[in-house]
Amino acid sequence: MTKLPPWVDIVVIPLISLLLALIVSGLVIVYIGENPFEAISIMVNGAVGSAYGWGYTLYYATNFIFTGLAVAVAYQARLFNIGGEGQAAIGGLGVALVCLALPWPHWTIALVAATIGGAVFGAAWAAIPAYLQAKRGSHIVITTIMFNFIASALMVYLLVNVLKKPGSMSPETARFPEGAFLPNAYDMFWWLGFSRSAPLNITFFVAILCCVLVYLLIWRTRLGYEIRAFGQSESAAVYAGINPVRITMITMLISGGLAGLMGINAVMGEAERLVTDPVQGAGFVGIAVALMGRNHPVGVFLAGLLFGMLYQGGGELEFEIPAVSREMILVIQALVILFTGALDNMVRMPFEALFSRLRKAEG
Amino acid sequence: MSLMKTFLSAGAALAISAVAALAEPGLIIDLGGKFDKSFNESAYNGAKRWVDETGGSYIETELQSEAQREQNMRKMAERDANPIVVLGFANGSTLEKVAPDYPDTSFAIVDMVVDAPNVKSIVFSEHEGSYLVGLIAGMKSETGTVGFVGGMDVPLIRKFACGYAQGVLAANPDAKVISSMTGTTPSAWNDPVKGGELAKAQVSQGADVIYAAAGGTGVGILQAAADEGVFSIGVDSNQNYLHPGSVLTSMLKRVDNAVYEVFSAGAEGFEPGIAVLDLESEGVGYAVDENNEALITDDITAAVDEAKAKIISGEIEVHDYTSDDSCPALTF
Repeated sequence: MTKLPPWVDIVVIPLISLLLALIVSGLVIVYIGENPFEAISIMVNGAVGSAYGWGYTLYYATNFIFTGLAVAVAYQARLFNIGGEGQAAIGGLGVALVCLALPWPHWTIALVAATIGGAVFGAAWAAIPAYLQAKRGSHIVITTIMFNFIASALMVYLLVNVLKKPGSMSPETARFPEGAFLPNAYDMFWWLGFSRSAPLNITFFVAILCCVLVYLLIWRTRLGYEIRAFGQSESAAVYAGINPVRITMITMLISGGLAGLMGINAVMGEAERLVTDPVQGAGFVGIAVALMGRNHPVGVFLAGLLFGMLYQGGGELEFEIPAVSREMILVIQALVILFTGALDNMVRMPFEALFSRLRKAEG
Repeated sequence: MSLMKTFLSAGAALAISAVAALAEPGLIIDLGGKFDKSFNESAYNGAKRWVDETGGSYIETELQSEAQREQNMRKMAERDANPIVVLGFANGSTLEKVAPDYPDTSFAIVDMVVDAPNVKSIVFSEHEGSYLVGLIAGMKSETGTVGFVGGMDVPLIRKFACGYAQGVLAANPDAKVISSMTGTTPSAWNDPVKGGELAKAQVSQGADVIYAAAGGTGVGILQAAADEGVFSIGVDSNQNYLHPGSVLTSMLKRVDNAVYEVFSAGAEGFEPGIAVLDLESEGVGYAVDENNEALITDDITAAVDEAKAKIISGEIEVHDYTSDDSCPALTF
């Protein structure tokens, strides 16, 4: 196999895949009787055409980076954590409990405490499936997805019976105290044209920090090496003296903690109160983000950004053209995953053939 | 879709000026769908009536999930829709947060009171309307047992149930009222299957009139009542036509009038504050049309009209559940 020049590998091939996905999406839009060029331009403009769009795009991207990192870390140990949805919801619960516990004097203290709260709750929710996998061999895919349902039932129960604001009709907590409001894009970057409406907040930088920390952990520490070794071959890892129970537990706790951190963004940063479903499918999008980002923090960041754009652009499209329903947006997102992830080789192979021919001609 | 086409063709023909586009009102349809044959549809009909009469256009969006509330509300405001009508109590806390960010935009919220200088809160006296249909149910019931199926178990729906029970007991002091709620989350507004099951359970307990106050869930309740051969009572919109002969009447809650009036007043004529739409202002009432006129006998009409006059004059005071979170006629 010929090695491709990096610029082709990283830039040209994903762009062509994306283009193919957009062409097929366009055909679907033509099929339902709308103008595909108008639709694409609404999507692109809605996502990145204004400060308003960027505010939402980066907000969604922050969610997807957290859940994507969660899947990516677990995948390094070849544990397929598809419970991001439940872990993030319970993480949000942890964040809400922390925010409501005290009249926080300043957001910096509240942010640190909420980070711990979200991570601990998310990790705790991942701990039971992890234990069952490590000790009992119950498959992590089955247990984590089942825990999503338990999490959603638990959230409904708590919000309806325990945490509901007295006198309120909706199942939601009271609004957090003012000291727990995170600075949003308007507070920080008003000079870039963000309006007060932007849900983007300081958590975006926490997400970037998490990308860096995950990189350092996986590729620069002994624990990371153990995780990767365990993932490559469990028997070889055991032979080398790595404890499989310990690695399974630690990896899943980190993974669940990362998913739980999404709660800071969605619950503390945006809603400023807890609702029954703060995650809104981001846990599952995280799987696609991790796969597309090749389970590397840089890839997860870029894929998270792309999905943020698709999500926000899709929302605008749904708003502007009512004929394009929520499900249509899902189809478009699925096509992008299909072309950039699953059908990657379809684009790659002709390029490899082309470059090997070029080299032969040179040599 | 057809609505969008109307917009597009109107836009092409007239090349609507930017100024005209700025004044477009907006409507955010709540969870449960535009054609829920009940609450949302009533609001949509009000907007449609305004379009038909004025030839104007408005922006409309339909919520698909709980978390879209804030973004959709802001999107409407960013698009310069004015005034913006939002439906349902579940939007209250979101509107409290969004309204101060758009001081130049007028908002109207149905079923909830939000205290802000640019918000009009429209609430209905559902207990009064429910009292009237309860009276009809009590007079029509032969078994002496009537049912109530609510959507989400919230004080607002208990207000319906409580008014209904008071009406039933006024007609027949020995009557028994069975009350069930579909659920505790917003999904209870759109669960016709569960609604139907609850209605059947009530029929097996002897209920022969069932009042559905459950949004889109009501479709299943009315269907089950028709299947079981008992009477049902619709809610919000006139639902008499759904099962003629089985739907006894409908408790009308004129959300359509509320939307129509806010749209007609526009941004200039907007009046913030609380508007209570009651029996007197015909904000609530009961429906009689060709589908059910055979069921509503003359003595029922006479009794209901008398009760209506007495409620308006204050002679009969219907207890409002939300005023003290308790109901003298019904335990939940």
